[in-house]
Amino acid sequence: MFFPISNSHINPLYLVIVGFLIGILGGFFGVGGSFIAGPALRLMGVDWNYAVGTDLAHIVGKSIVAARHHRTLGNVDLKLGFFMAFGTIGGAEAGAQAIQALKRAGSVNTVVSWVAIVVYFSISIFMLWESQKALRSHKTQARRVTDAKEADHSAFGPVTKKIQRIRIWPMISLPTSGIKEISLWTILFVSLVGGFFSGFLGGGAGYIRMPSMVYILGIPTHLAVGTDLFEIVISASYGTFTHAIKGNVDILIALVMHTGAVIGAQIGVVATQYFAGPKIRLAFVPLPLIGVAIVLYTLLTGHKL
Amino acid sequence: MKKDSAKSLRVFAIELAIYAVFVAAYFFLVLHLLGTWLYRLETQHRVLYAVVAILLIAGQAVVLDAVTTLLFRLLRRRWR
Repeated sequence: MFFPISNSHINPLYLVIVGFLIGILGGFFGVGGSFIAGPALRLMGVDWNYAVGTDLAHIVGKSIVAARHHRTLGNVDLKLGFFMAFGTIGGAEAGAQAIQALKRAGSVNTVVSWVAIVVYFSISIFMLWESQKALRSHKTQARRVTDAKEADHSAFGPVTKKIQRIRIWPMISLPTSGIKEISLWTILFVSLVGGFFSGFLGGGAGYIRMPSMVYILGIPTHLAVGTDLFEIVISASYGTFTHAIKGNVDILIALVMHTGAVIGAQIGVVATQYFAGPKIRLAFVPLPLIGVAIVLYTLLTGHKL
Repeated sequence: MKKDSAKSLRVFAIELAIYAVFVAAYFFLVLHLLGTWLYRLETQHRVLYAVVAILLIAGQAVVLDAVTTLLFRLLRRRWR
């Protein structure tokens, strides 16, 4: 089928299946799945600037559904979500401007591909190391844990506590997330970095923000997943708007992908109730590596499906 | 336990089949009827296109979520 806005031919069934898979990821891990969606669109010959903008548009729809389900499960810290949205919007605009600059220079596909490879690979390696360490220490302590939320502990805990002790005014409390005091600037910094990658690599950048919320801010994993999705609704809407104005969004592709994502998201949300935090994080590890493999393939061979 | 998961799987398969029919009809409506108009909007009125794009994806999200929730509820009640 021909999509005139991005000038590309893509089988709609392929888009629905990709949407379905990243729908499951979104509901389960609280990530937009752009490390799959972006490379999957590239594989069909869509330029990176369109892959980035279109993926953001598709994520708006998907996150609305998933965030609503997480809200009913009590997995959303609204206060944190609103604060983070400010930083993310600023970062997303900076990322979109960087894409524009690369588009003008004619090197958008090469540069974004290499940045994507480095970022996705680093995240996988870090989460593999951390989740395995957390699971090992959990076994050694042999604590009897009956609730999945109780089993949510991080090997990065001491560093998180040090970060929480940084006292730069204004300090805020996040009772829903169980944080007595944290500097607003720490939250804004985390969301700004996430926002930049959202504008630059597409999607909601949950692959950066979700781990950052757990390891840097010290938010419990279940709450990080839900709050991240809630925050993505706001920031991805802004990202879609700014990318659409710059001519980087093919909304027809996004609408088709989203039809598959709706079903996938429902399955993902239900699945979070059966796994503890470190196990969710360990299951996340191979996903960015799939994105790395696809980007490497398109970059090195110049082929598409 | 096995009976329950088999039942859930059957409900999900039926939901998927019904959903596929809806989606096929929807593709025809959106891609064929809105395609040309959206393409023109994207080339001539970018700001309006950006607003319409967000409204379309948000609207689709709400409607499809309502459809799938309704389907799940109806099918579960029927198979209980």
